[in-house]
Amino acid sequence: MSGGRRPGTLRLALTPFAVGTGLLVLYLWVHTADVPPEEASVLSAGFLGTRVAQHVELTVTSFLIAAAIALPLGVAAARSGRALRVPLLLAANLGQAVPSIALLALVFTVTGFTFRTTVIALVVYAVLPILRNTLAGLQGVDPDAVEAARGMGMSPVQVLARVEVPLASPVILAGLRTALVLVVGTATLGNFVGGGGLGDVIESGLTASGLEPASRIVVVGAVLVAALALTADWMLGLVERAVVPATWEER
Amino acid sequence: MISLEHVTRHYGDRVAVDDLSVEIAAGELAVLVGPSGCGKTTTLRMINRLVEPTSGTIRVGGRDTRELPVTELRRSIGYVIQQGGLLPHLTVAENVATVPRLLRWDRARTRARVEELLELVGLPPAEYASRLPRALSGGERQRVGVARALGADPPVLLMDEPFSALDPITRLRLQGELLRVQSLVRKTIVVVTHDIDEALRLGDRVVLMRTGGRIAQVATPGTLLAHPASDFVAGFLGGDRTLRRLALVPLRSAELRPADGAAAVERVEAAASLRDALEAVLRSPDGRAAVVDGDRVLGVADAEVIRRAAATG
Repeated sequence: MSGGRRPGTLRLALTPFAVGTGLLVLYLWVHTADVPPEEASVLSAGFLGTRVAQHVELTVTSFLIAAAIALPLGVAAARSGRALRVPLLLAANLGQAVPSIALLALVFTVTGFTFRTTVIALVVYAVLPILRNTLAGLQGVDPDAVEAARGMGMSPVQVLARVEVPLASPVILAGLRTALVLVVGTATLGNFVGGGGLGDVIESGLTASGLEPASRIVVVGAVLVAALALTADWMLGLVERAVVPATWEER
Repeated sequence: MISLEHVTRHYGDRVAVDDLSVEIAAGELAVLVGPSGCGKTTTLRMINRLVEPTSGTIRVGGRDTRELPVTELRRSIGYVIQQGGLLPHLTVAENVATVPRLLRWDRARTRARVEELLELVGLPPAEYASRLPRALSGGERQRVGVARALGADPPVLLMDEPFSALDPITRLRLQGELLRVQSLVRKTIVVVTHDIDEALRLGDRVVLMRTGGRIAQVATPGTLLAHPASDFVAGFLGGDRTLRRLALVPLRSAELRPADGAAAVERVEAAASLRDALEAVLRSPDGRAAVVDGDRVLGVADAEVIRRAAATG
Protein backbone atom coordinates (compact mmCIF):
# COMPACT_ATOMS: atom_id res chain seq x y z
CA MET A 1 0.00 0.00 0.00
CA SER A 2 1.53 3.29 -1.06
CA GLY A 3 0.60 6.83 -0.15
CA GLY A 4 -2.40 7.37 2.02
CA ARG A 5 -1.61 10.84 3.29
CA ARG A 6 -3.31 14.01 2.24
CA PRO A 7 -0.90 16.17 0.23
CA GLY A 8 0.54 19.05 2.18
CA THR A 9 -0.53 22.61 1.50
CA LEU A 10 3.06 23.69 0.96
CA ARG A 11 3.69 21.15 -1.77
CA LEU A 12 0.45 22.02 -3.53
CA ALA A 13 1.28 25.72 -3.44
CA LEU A 14 4.88 25.30 -4.61
CA THR A 15 4.33 22.96 -7.56
CA PRO A 16 2.81 25.54 -10.00
CA PHE A 17 5.53 27.96 -9.00
CA ALA A 18 8.30 25.44 -9.64
CA VAL A 19 6.81 24.31 -12.97
CA GLY A 20 6.36 27.93 -14.10
CA THR A 21 9.90 28.84 -13.16
CA GLY A 22 11.29 25.78 -14.96
CA LEU A 23 9.38 26.58 -18.14
CA LEU A 24 10.43 30.22 -18.01
CA VAL A 25 14.10 29.28 -17.62
CA LEU A 26 13.74 26.84 -20.53
CA TYR A 27 12.14 29.52 -22.70
CA LEU A 28 14.84 32.09 -21.97
CA TRP A 29 17.58 29.52 -22.52
CA VAL A 30 16.24 28.58 -25.97
CA HIS A 31 15.55 32.17 -26.99
CA THR A 32 18.87 33.65 -26.04
CA ALA A 33 20.71 30.92 -27.94
CA ASP A 34 21.64 30.99 -31.60
CA VAL A 35 19.31 28.32 -32.98
CA PRO A 36 19.96 26.90 -36.48
CA PRO A 37 16.87 26.97 -38.79
CA GLU A 38 16.36 23.17 -39.02
CA GLU A 39 16.30 23.02 -35.23
CA ALA A 40 14.09 26.10 -34.97
CA SER A 41 11.30 24.35 -36.86
CA VAL A 42 11.16 21.68 -34.14
CA LEU A 43 11.32 24.27 -31.39
CA SER A 44 8.58 26.41 -32.93
CA ALA A 45 5.46 27.09 -30.90
CA GLY A 46 3.34 25.35 -33.52
CA PHE A 47 5.27 22.06 -33.54
CA LEU A 48 5.70 21.94 -29.77
CA GLY A 49 2.08 22.98 -29.11
CA THR A 50 0.71 20.16 -31.26
CA ARG A 51 2.95 17.62 -29.53
CA VAL A 52 1.97 18.82 -26.06
CA ALA A 53 -1.71 18.63 -27.04
CA GLN A 54 -1.23 15.11 -28.42
CA HIS A 55 0.61 14.08 -25.28
CA VAL A 56 -2.17 15.42 -23.06
CA GLU A 57 -4.79 13.71 -25.20
CA LEU A 58 -2.95 10.38 -25.03
CA THR A 59 -2.50 10.72 -21.28
CA VAL A 60 -6.02 11.78 -20.42
CA THR A 61 -7.67 9.20 -22.67
CA SER A 62 -5.53 6.35 -21.38
CA PHE A 63 -5.85 7.43 -17.78
CA LEU A 64 -9.63 7.73 -17.88
CA ILE A 65 -10.04 4.36 -19.58
CA ALA A 66 -7.65 2.73 -17.11
CA ALA A 67 -9.52 4.24 -14.17
CA ALA A 68 -12.88 3.18 -15.61
CA ILE A 69 -11.58 -0.39 -15.82
CA ALA A 70 -9.48 -0.62 -12.68
CA LEU A 71 -11.73 1.08 -10.10
CA PRO A 72 -14.71 -1.30 -10.54
CA LEU A 73 -12.31 -4.23 -10.81
CA GLY A 74 -10.69 -3.14 -7.56
CA VAL A 75 -14.07 -3.04 -5.83
CA ALA A 76 -14.94 -6.45 -7.30
CA ALA A 77 -11.60 -7.84 -6.16
CA ALA A 78 -12.12 -6.52 -2.63
CA ARG A 79 -15.62 -8.04 -2.53
CA SER A 80 -14.66 -11.39 -3.98
CA GLY A 81 -12.76 -14.24 -2.50
CA ARG A 82 -9.25 -15.22 -3.44
CA ALA A 83 -10.63 -17.10 -6.42
CA LEU A 84 -11.05 -13.85 -8.35
CA ARG A 85 -8.56 -11.67 -6.53
CA VAL A 86 -5.46 -13.71 -7.19
CA PRO A 87 -5.81 -14.11 -10.98
CA LEU A 88 -6.87 -10.47 -11.29
CA LEU A 89 -3.79 -9.17 -9.54
CA LEU A 90 -1.66 -11.65 -11.43
CA ALA A 91 -2.95 -10.36 -14.76
CA ALA A 92 -2.47 -6.76 -13.71
CA ASN A 93 1.03 -7.48 -12.49
CA LEU A 94 1.85 -9.19 -15.77
CA GLY A 95 0.69 -6.09 -17.65
CA GLN A 96 3.18 -4.03 -15.78
CA ALA A 97 6.00 -6.52 -15.72
CA VAL A 98 6.32 -6.47 -19.51
CA PRO A 99 8.71 -3.67 -20.55
CA SER A 100 6.78 -0.74 -21.98
CA ILE A 101 8.54 -0.88 -25.36
CA ALA A 102 7.82 -4.58 -25.70
CA LEU A 103 4.21 -4.02 -24.75
CA LEU A 104 3.87 -1.29 -27.37
CA ALA A 105 5.41 -3.53 -30.00
CA LEU A 106 3.05 -6.33 -29.00
CA VAL A 107 -0.06 -4.15 -29.27
CA PHE A 108 1.35 -2.72 -32.50
CA THR A 109 1.23 -6.13 -34.16
CA VAL A 110 -2.54 -6.14 -33.58
CA THR A 111 -3.70 -2.56 -34.08
CA GLY A 112 -0.88 -1.10 -36.19
CA PHE A 113 0.47 2.39 -36.48
CA THR A 114 -2.26 4.33 -34.62
CA PHE A 115 -3.20 6.49 -31.68
CA ARG A 116 -5.18 3.51 -30.45
CA THR A 117 -2.09 1.34 -30.14
CA THR A 118 -0.50 3.77 -27.73
CA VAL A 119 -3.69 4.16 -25.71
CA ILE A 120 -4.16 0.40 -25.35
CA ALA A 121 -0.59 -0.08 -24.19
CA LEU A 122 -0.84 2.80 -21.73
CA VAL A 123 -4.12 1.49 -20.32
CA VAL A 124 -2.63 -1.95 -19.73
CA TYR A 125 0.20 -0.20 -17.95
CA ALA A 126 -1.92 2.07 -15.78
CA VAL A 127 -4.45 -0.51 -14.60
CA LEU A 128 -2.20 -2.17 -12.02
CA PRO A 129 -1.46 0.75 -9.68
CA ILE A 130 -5.11 1.78 -9.64
CA LEU A 131 -6.39 -1.76 -9.15
CA ARG A 132 -3.85 -2.60 -6.49
CA ASN A 133 -4.44 0.56 -4.47
CA THR A 134 -8.21 0.33 -4.75
CA LEU A 135 -8.03 -3.21 -3.41
CA ALA A 136 -5.54 -2.31 -0.68
CA GLY A 137 -7.53 0.78 0.29
CA LEU A 138 -10.79 -1.12 0.61
CA GLN A 139 -9.15 -3.98 2.50
CA GLY A 140 -7.64 -1.47 4.91
CA VAL A 141 -10.99 0.00 5.95
CA ASP A 142 -11.69 -0.53 9.65
CA PRO A 143 -14.01 -3.59 9.78
CA ASP A 144 -15.77 -2.12 12.82
CA ALA A 145 -16.89 0.87 10.75
CA VAL A 146 -18.29 -1.45 8.07
CA GLU A 147 -19.93 -3.64 10.70
CA ALA A 148 -21.54 -0.63 12.35
CA ALA A 149 -22.74 0.73 9.00
CA ARG A 150 -24.34 -2.61 8.12
CA GLY A 151 -25.84 -2.93 11.58
CA MET A 152 -27.47 0.49 11.24
CA GLY A 153 -29.22 -0.60 8.08
CA MET A 154 -27.08 0.65 5.20
CA SER A 155 -27.47 -1.33 2.01
CA PRO A 156 -24.29 -2.82 0.47
CA VAL A 157 -24.14 0.07 -2.02
CA GLN A 158 -24.55 2.63 0.77
CA VAL A 159 -21.83 0.95 2.81
CA LEU A 160 -19.52 1.13 -0.20
CA ALA A 161 -20.33 4.71 -1.16
CA ARG A 162 -20.65 6.27 2.29
CA VAL A 163 -18.13 4.33 4.32
CA GLU A 164 -15.69 2.17 2.40
CA VAL A 165 -14.81 4.45 -0.51
CA PRO A 166 -14.43 7.60 1.62
CA LEU A 167 -12.22 5.75 4.08
CA ALA A 168 -10.18 4.12 1.31
CA SER A 169 -9.97 7.31 -0.76
CA PRO A 170 -6.46 8.40 0.28
CA VAL A 171 -5.03 5.08 -0.87
CA ILE A 172 -7.19 4.92 -4.00
CA LEU A 173 -6.17 8.45 -4.99
CA ALA A 174 -2.52 7.65 -4.38
CA GLY A 175 -2.94 4.82 -6.91
CA LEU A 176 -4.57 7.18 -9.40
CA ARG A 177 -1.69 9.63 -9.03
CA THR A 178 0.90 6.92 -9.52
CA ALA A 179 -0.91 5.74 -12.64
CA LEU A 180 -1.26 9.24 -14.07
CA VAL A 181 2.40 10.13 -13.64
CA LEU A 182 3.34 6.75 -15.08
CA VAL A 183 1.17 7.38 -18.12
CA VAL A 184 2.57 10.87 -18.72
CA GLY A 185 6.08 9.47 -18.77
CA THR A 186 5.35 6.32 -20.75
CA ALA A 187 3.31 8.21 -23.36
CA THR A 188 6.67 9.52 -24.56
CA LEU A 189 7.15 6.13 -26.21
CA GLY A 190 3.95 6.63 -28.19
CA ASN A 191 5.82 8.19 -31.10
CA PHE A 192 7.34 4.80 -31.99
CA VAL A 193 3.92 3.50 -32.97
CA GLY A 194 2.35 6.64 -34.38
CA GLY A 195 0.90 8.06 -31.20
CA GLY A 196 2.73 11.37 -31.52
CA GLY A 197 3.19 13.37 -28.37
CA LEU A 198 6.35 14.73 -26.84
CA GLY A 199 8.18 11.55 -27.82
CA ASP A 200 8.29 13.10 -31.31
CA VAL A 201 10.22 16.07 -29.97
CA ILE A 202 12.72 13.96 -28.08
CA GLU A 203 13.19 11.65 -31.05
CA SER A 204 13.81 14.59 -33.40
CA GLY A 205 16.57 15.69 -31.08
CA LEU A 206 18.11 12.24 -30.76
CA THR A 207 18.09 11.52 -34.50
CA ALA A 208 19.38 14.94 -35.51
CA SER A 209 22.79 13.46 -36.35
CA GLY A 210 24.20 13.72 -32.85
CA LEU A 211 25.25 17.37 -33.23
CA GLU A 212 25.74 19.32 -30.03
CA PRO A 213 22.87 21.83 -30.59
CA ALA A 214 20.38 18.98 -31.07
CA SER A 215 20.67 18.09 -27.40
CA ARG A 216 18.76 21.30 -26.86
CA ILE A 217 15.73 19.69 -28.48
CA VAL A 218 16.05 16.65 -26.23
CA VAL A 219 16.23 18.85 -23.17
CA VAL A 220 13.17 20.83 -24.26
CA GLY A 221 11.20 17.62 -24.85
CA ALA A 222 12.28 16.10 -21.55
CA VAL A 223 11.54 19.23 -19.55
CA LEU A 224 8.09 19.50 -21.11
CA VAL A 225 7.31 15.87 -20.17
CA ALA A 226 8.48 16.53 -16.64
CA ALA A 227 6.39 19.70 -16.45
CA LEU A 228 3.34 17.77 -17.67
CA ALA A 229 3.91 15.02 -15.11
CA LEU A 230 4.27 17.50 -12.27
CA THR A 231 1.19 19.40 -13.37
CA ALA A 232 -0.86 16.23 -13.64
CA ASP A 233 0.26 15.13 -10.20
CA TRP A 234 -0.53 18.57 -8.84
CA MET A 235 -4.04 18.53 -10.30
CA LEU A 236 -4.83 15.16 -8.75
CA GLY A 237 -3.37 16.50 -5.52
CA LEU A 238 -6.00 19.23 -5.61
CA VAL A 239 -8.71 16.66 -6.26
CA GLU A 240 -7.40 14.59 -3.38
CA ARG A 241 -7.58 17.55 -1.02
CA ALA A 242 -11.14 18.25 -2.03
CA VAL A 243 -12.29 14.64 -1.86
CA VAL A 244 -10.42 12.91 0.94
CA PRO A 245 -12.24 13.39 4.23
CA ALA A 246 -10.34 14.59 7.23
CA THR A 247 -10.18 11.91 9.85
CA TRP A 248 -7.41 13.30 11.93
CA GLU A 249 -7.50 17.08 11.72
CA GLU A 250 -10.25 19.01 13.43
CA ARG A 251 -12.72 20.38 10.95
CA MET B 1 -40.89 -7.65 22.46
CA ILE B 2 -38.12 -9.93 21.31
CA SER B 3 -38.64 -13.64 21.17
CA LEU B 4 -36.22 -16.30 20.07
CA GLU B 5 -37.84 -19.65 19.37
CA HIS B 6 -35.64 -22.72 18.98
CA VAL B 7 -32.93 -20.69 17.34
CA THR B 8 -29.89 -22.59 16.11
CA ARG B 9 -26.82 -21.42 14.26
CA HIS B 10 -24.20 -23.72 12.78
CA TYR B 11 -20.85 -22.74 11.31
CA GLY B 12 -20.00 -25.79 9.29
CA ASP B 13 -19.85 -28.59 11.85
CA ARG B 14 -19.55 -26.26 14.79
CA VAL B 15 -22.70 -25.37 16.68
CA ALA B 16 -22.52 -21.74 17.81
CA VAL B 17 -26.06 -21.48 19.15
CA ASP B 18 -28.06 -24.58 19.97
CA ASP B 19 -31.87 -24.59 20.09
CA LEU B 20 -32.07 -21.40 22.12
CA SER B 21 -35.42 -20.01 23.22
CA VAL B 22 -35.89 -16.87 25.26
CA GLU B 23 -38.44 -14.08 25.57
CA ILE B 24 -37.46 -10.51 26.34
CA ALA B 25 -40.26 -8.24 27.49
CA ALA B 26 -40.81 -4.68 26.29
CA GLY B 27 -38.83 -2.20 28.37
CA GLU B 28 -36.64 -4.92 29.80
CA LEU B 29 -32.87 -4.80 29.90
CA ALA B 30 -31.63 -8.32 29.31
CA VAL B 31 -27.97 -9.26 29.47
CA LEU B 32 -26.48 -12.18 27.57
CA VAL B 33 -23.45 -13.31 29.49
CA GLY B 34 -21.14 -16.28 29.38
CA PRO B 35 -17.60 -17.44 28.67
CA SER B 36 -16.06 -16.59 25.31
CA GLY B 37 -17.29 -18.84 22.54
CA CYS B 38 -20.64 -19.47 24.21
CA GLY B 39 -22.55 -17.96 21.29
CA LYS B 40 -23.78 -14.82 23.02
CA THR B 41 -22.60 -12.43 20.30
CA THR B 42 -23.92 -14.71 17.57
CA THR B 43 -27.27 -14.73 19.35
CA LEU B 44 -27.31 -10.92 19.48
CA ARG B 45 -26.32 -10.59 15.83
CA MET B 46 -29.10 -12.92 14.78
CA ILE B 47 -31.65 -10.48 16.17
CA ASN B 48 -30.74 -7.84 13.59
CA ARG B 49 -29.80 -10.49 11.05
CA LEU B 50 -26.13 -9.68 10.80
CA VAL B 51 -26.06 -13.44 11.24
CA GLU B 52 -28.88 -15.53 9.81
CA PRO B 53 -30.17 -18.36 12.02
CA THR B 54 -29.69 -21.83 10.61
CA SER B 55 -33.09 -22.69 11.99
CA GLY B 56 -35.67 -21.29 14.36
CA THR B 57 -37.65 -18.06 14.45
CA ILE B 58 -36.88 -14.64 15.84
CA ARG B 59 -39.64 -12.10 16.36
CA VAL B 60 -39.24 -8.44 17.18
CA GLY B 61 -42.42 -6.65 18.18
CA GLY B 62 -44.37 -9.74 17.21
CA ARG B 63 -43.12 -9.80 13.63
CA ASP B 64 -40.85 -12.46 12.20
CA THR B 65 -37.59 -10.68 11.37
CA ARG B 66 -37.53 -12.41 8.01
CA GLU B 67 -40.69 -10.59 6.93
CA LEU B 68 -38.96 -7.23 6.60
CA PRO B 69 -36.20 -6.23 4.18
CA VAL B 70 -33.02 -6.57 6.19
CA THR B 71 -32.04 -2.88 5.90
CA GLU B 72 -35.46 -1.80 7.14
CA LEU B 73 -35.25 -4.20 10.08
CA ARG B 74 -31.83 -2.88 11.08
CA ARG B 75 -32.91 0.75 10.85
CA SER B 76 -35.59 -0.04 13.42
CA ILE B 77 -33.11 -1.59 15.85
CA GLY B 78 -30.38 0.42 17.56
CA TYR B 79 -26.97 -1.23 17.42
CA VAL B 80 -23.95 -0.41 19.57
CA ILE B 81 -20.63 -2.19 19.22
CA GLN B 82 -17.40 -2.19 21.16
CA GLN B 83 -15.58 1.15 21.01
CA GLY B 84 -18.67 2.68 19.46
CA GLY B 85 -17.86 1.69 15.87
CA LEU B 86 -18.09 5.33 14.88
CA LEU B 87 -17.47 6.28 11.27
CA PRO B 88 -14.08 7.98 11.56
CA HIS B 89 -14.58 10.37 8.63
CA LEU B 90 -17.84 11.80 9.97
CA THR B 91 -18.36 14.26 12.80
CA VAL B 92 -20.14 13.34 16.01
CA ALA B 93 -23.33 14.99 14.72
CA GLU B 94 -23.11 13.22 11.36
CA ASN B 95 -22.56 9.90 13.09
CA VAL B 96 -25.60 10.37 15.32
CA ALA B 97 -27.61 11.44 12.27
CA THR B 98 -26.80 8.25 10.34
CA VAL B 99 -30.08 6.41 10.72
CA PRO B 100 -32.34 9.52 10.49
CA ARG B 101 -30.56 10.28 7.20
CA LEU B 102 -31.08 6.74 5.95
CA LEU B 103 -34.75 7.24 6.77
CA ARG B 104 -34.71 10.58 4.91
CA TRP B 105 -35.76 12.75 7.81
CA ASP B 106 -35.66 16.45 6.94
CA ARG B 107 -32.70 18.53 8.13
CA ALA B 108 -34.45 20.43 10.90
CA ARG B 109 -35.87 17.28 12.46
CA THR B 110 -32.56 15.46 12.21
CA ARG B 111 -30.67 18.36 13.71
CA ALA B 112 -33.09 18.70 16.62
CA ARG B 113 -32.89 14.95 17.26
CA VAL B 114 -29.09 14.95 17.22
CA GLU B 115 -28.95 17.76 19.76
CA GLU B 116 -31.50 16.08 21.97
CA LEU B 117 -29.55 12.82 21.93
CA LEU B 118 -26.17 14.41 22.59
CA GLU B 119 -27.72 16.17 25.59
CA LEU B 120 -29.20 12.86 26.72
CA VAL B 121 -25.80 11.13 26.80
CA GLY B 122 -24.14 14.09 28.48
CA LEU B 123 -22.19 15.56 25.55
CA PRO B 124 -23.09 19.25 25.07
CA PRO B 125 -23.79 19.64 21.32
CA ALA B 126 -22.08 23.04 21.15
CA GLU B 127 -18.85 21.41 22.24
CA TYR B 128 -19.09 18.00 20.62
CA ALA B 129 -21.29 18.12 17.51
CA SER B 130 -18.56 19.05 15.04
CA ARG B 131 -15.75 16.95 16.52
CA LEU B 132 -14.33 13.95 14.74
CA PRO B 133 -14.27 10.59 16.56
CA ARG B 134 -10.49 10.63 16.90
CA ALA B 135 -10.72 13.77 19.01
CA LEU B 136 -12.84 11.91 21.59
CA SER B 137 -11.91 9.75 24.56
CA GLY B 138 -13.01 6.12 24.63
CA GLY B 139 -15.87 6.91 26.99
CA GLU B 140 -17.05 9.80 24.83
CA ARG B 141 -16.98 7.60 21.73
CA GLN B 142 -19.09 5.03 23.50
CA ARG B 143 -21.61 7.71 24.49
CA VAL B 144 -21.80 8.86 20.88
CA GLY B 145 -22.32 5.21 19.92
CA VAL B 146 -25.30 5.01 22.27
CA ALA B 147 -26.69 8.33 21.02
CA ARG B 148 -26.34 7.12 17.44
CA ALA B 149 -28.11 3.86 18.21
CA LEU B 150 -31.03 5.85 19.63
CA GLY B 151 -31.02 8.04 16.48
CA ALA B 152 -34.41 7.20 15.01
CA ASP B 153 -35.89 6.33 18.40
CA PRO B 154 -35.97 2.56 17.82
CA PRO B 155 -37.90 0.47 20.37
CA VAL B 156 -35.06 -2.03 20.59
CA LEU B 157 -31.38 -1.55 21.34
CA LEU B 158 -28.68 -4.19 20.85
CA MET B 159 -25.33 -3.64 22.53
CA ASP B 160 -22.36 -5.89 21.81
CA GLU B 161 -19.74 -5.65 24.58
CA PRO B 162 -20.39 -1.91 24.78
CA PHE B 163 -18.09 -1.14 27.68
CA SER B 164 -15.41 -3.82 27.57
CA ALA B 165 -12.76 -1.62 25.92
CA LEU B 166 -13.01 1.05 28.63
CA ASP B 167 -11.01 1.48 31.81
CA PRO B 168 -12.79 0.24 34.97
CA ILE B 169 -13.73 3.70 36.24
CA THR B 170 -15.17 4.88 32.92
CA ARG B 171 -16.91 1.53 32.52
CA LEU B 172 -18.61 1.85 35.88
CA ARG B 173 -19.68 5.41 35.12
CA LEU B 174 -21.06 4.50 31.70
CA GLN B 175 -22.94 1.53 33.14
CA GLY B 176 -24.61 3.99 35.48
CA GLU B 177 -25.24 6.32 32.56
CA LEU B 178 -26.89 3.53 30.61
CA LEU B 179 -29.22 2.77 33.51
CA ARG B 180 -30.04 6.48 33.78
CA VAL B 181 -30.74 6.75 30.05
CA GLN B 182 -32.79 3.57 30.19
CA SER B 183 -34.92 4.97 33.02
CA LEU B 184 -35.71 7.90 30.70
CA VAL B 185 -36.25 6.13 27.38
CA ARG B 186 -37.46 2.65 28.48
CA LYS B 187 -36.21 0.68 25.50
CA THR B 188 -36.01 -3.05 25.17
CA ILE B 189 -32.28 -3.55 25.48
CA VAL B 190 -30.13 -6.61 24.94
CA VAL B 191 -26.55 -6.30 26.14
CA VAL B 192 -23.82 -8.85 25.48
CA THR B 193 -20.94 -9.04 27.92
CA HIS B 194 -18.44 -11.55 29.26
CA ASP B 195 -18.30 -9.67 32.55
CA ILE B 196 -20.64 -11.19 35.13
CA ASP B 197 -20.43 -8.10 37.35
CA GLU B 198 -21.60 -5.96 34.47
CA ALA B 199 -24.43 -8.39 33.79
CA LEU B 200 -25.57 -8.37 37.43
CA ARG B 201 -25.33 -4.60 37.61
CA LEU B 202 -27.17 -3.81 34.39
CA GLY B 203 -29.61 -6.61 33.84
CA ASP B 204 -33.25 -6.73 34.78
CA ARG B 205 -32.71 -10.31 33.75
CA VAL B 206 -29.57 -12.24 32.98
CA VAL B 207 -29.36 -14.90 30.31
CA LEU B 208 -26.37 -16.97 31.31
CA MET B 209 -25.03 -19.03 28.42
CA ARG B 210 -22.52 -21.86 28.37
CA THR B 211 -20.16 -23.19 25.76
CA GLY B 212 -22.01 -24.94 22.98
CA GLY B 213 -24.56 -22.16 22.59
CA ARG B 214 -26.97 -23.31 25.28
CA ILE B 215 -28.73 -21.43 28.03
CA ALA B 216 -27.51 -22.31 31.52
CA GLN B 217 -30.03 -20.15 33.37
CA VAL B 218 -32.34 -17.21 32.79
CA ALA B 219 -33.14 -15.27 35.94
CA THR B 220 -33.06 -11.93 37.68
CA PRO B 221 -29.65 -11.10 39.20
CA GLY B 222 -31.03 -11.75 42.70
CA THR B 223 -32.42 -15.17 41.84
CA LEU B 224 -29.30 -16.09 39.92
CA LEU B 225 -27.12 -15.38 42.95
CA ALA B 226 -29.51 -16.96 45.45
CA HIS B 227 -30.44 -20.04 43.47
CA PRO B 228 -27.91 -20.92 40.79
CA ALA B 229 -29.41 -23.70 38.71
CA SER B 230 -26.22 -25.69 38.32
CA ASP B 231 -22.61 -26.02 39.34
CA PHE B 232 -21.67 -24.26 36.10
CA VAL B 233 -23.77 -21.23 37.03
CA ALA B 234 -22.43 -21.18 40.59
CA GLY B 235 -18.89 -21.45 39.25
CA PHE B 236 -19.41 -18.64 36.77
CA LEU B 237 -20.83 -16.41 39.48
CA GLY B 238 -17.77 -17.01 41.64
CA GLY B 239 -17.27 -18.01 45.26
CA ASP B 240 -18.42 -14.69 46.67
CA ARG B 241 -21.90 -14.75 45.22
CA THR B 242 -23.56 -14.56 48.64
CA LEU B 243 -21.64 -11.40 49.37
CA ARG B 244 -22.46 -9.99 45.95
CA ARG B 245 -26.10 -10.69 46.34
CA LEU B 246 -26.18 -8.44 49.40
CA ALA B 247 -25.69 -5.48 47.08
CA LEU B 248 -28.91 -6.38 45.30
CA VAL B 249 -31.15 -6.78 48.37
CA PRO B 250 -32.56 -3.60 49.89
CA LEU B 251 -32.10 -3.08 53.60
CA ARG B 252 -35.80 -2.22 53.80
CA SER B 253 -36.63 -5.91 53.42
CA ALA B 254 -34.76 -6.77 56.64
CA GLU B 255 -36.47 -7.33 59.94
CA LEU B 256 -34.63 -4.96 62.26
CA ARG B 257 -34.09 -5.19 65.99
CA PRO B 258 -35.83 -2.45 67.93
CA ALA B 259 -33.74 0.55 68.79
CA ASP B 260 -33.07 0.19 72.57
CA GLY B 261 -31.98 3.72 73.22
CA ALA B 262 -28.30 2.96 73.37
CA ALA B 263 -26.93 5.12 70.56
CA ALA B 264 -25.26 3.02 67.91
CA VAL B 265 -21.99 4.44 66.65
CA GLU B 266 -22.56 3.58 62.98
CA ARG B 267 -25.57 4.71 60.97
CA VAL B 268 -26.87 3.47 57.65
CA GLU B 269 -29.71 4.80 55.47
CA ALA B 270 -32.72 2.54 55.11
CA ALA B 271 -32.57 3.09 51.34
CA ALA B 272 -29.16 1.37 51.21
CA SER B 273 -28.50 -2.28 50.37
CA LEU B 274 -27.70 -5.12 52.74
CA ARG B 275 -24.12 -4.78 51.61
CA ASP B 276 -23.92 -1.20 52.84
CA ALA B 277 -25.51 -2.31 56.08
CA LEU B 278 -22.97 -5.10 56.49
CA GLU B 279 -20.20 -2.61 55.89
CA ALA B 280 -21.59 -0.41 58.68
CA VAL B 281 -22.02 -3.39 61.02
CA LEU B 282 -18.46 -4.58 60.46
CA ARG B 283 -17.12 -1.09 61.04
CA SER B 284 -19.05 -0.65 64.25
CA PRO B 285 -17.14 -1.60 67.45
CA ASP B 286 -20.20 -3.36 68.94
CA GLY B 287 -21.33 -4.97 65.66
CA ARG B 288 -24.52 -2.92 65.53
CA ALA B 289 -25.59 -0.16 63.15
CA ALA B 290 -28.55 2.19 63.47
CA VAL B 291 -30.83 2.14 60.45
CA VAL B 292 -32.09 5.63 59.81
CA ASP B 293 -34.49 7.40 57.49
CA GLY B 294 -33.21 10.94 57.60
CA ASP B 295 -33.17 11.78 61.34
CA ARG B 296 -35.58 9.07 62.37
CA VAL B 297 -34.08 5.85 63.75
CA LEU B 298 -36.01 2.86 62.42
CA GLY B 299 -34.13 0.14 64.25
CA VAL B 300 -30.82 -1.59 64.57
CA ALA B 301 -29.10 -4.02 62.22
CA ASP B 302 -26.48 -6.56 63.19
CA ALA B 303 -24.90 -9.56 61.51
CA GLU B 304 -27.80 -11.84 62.42
CA VAL B 305 -30.35 -9.39 60.97
CA ILE B 306 -28.43 -9.25 57.72
CA ARG B 307 -27.96 -13.02 57.55
CA ARG B 308 -31.68 -13.59 57.97
CA ALA B 309 -32.58 -10.91 55.41
CA ALA B 310 -30.14 -12.43 52.93
CA ALA B 311 -31.60 -15.88 53.41
CA THR B 312 -35.16 -14.75 52.74
CA GLY B 313 -34.72 -11.70 50.49
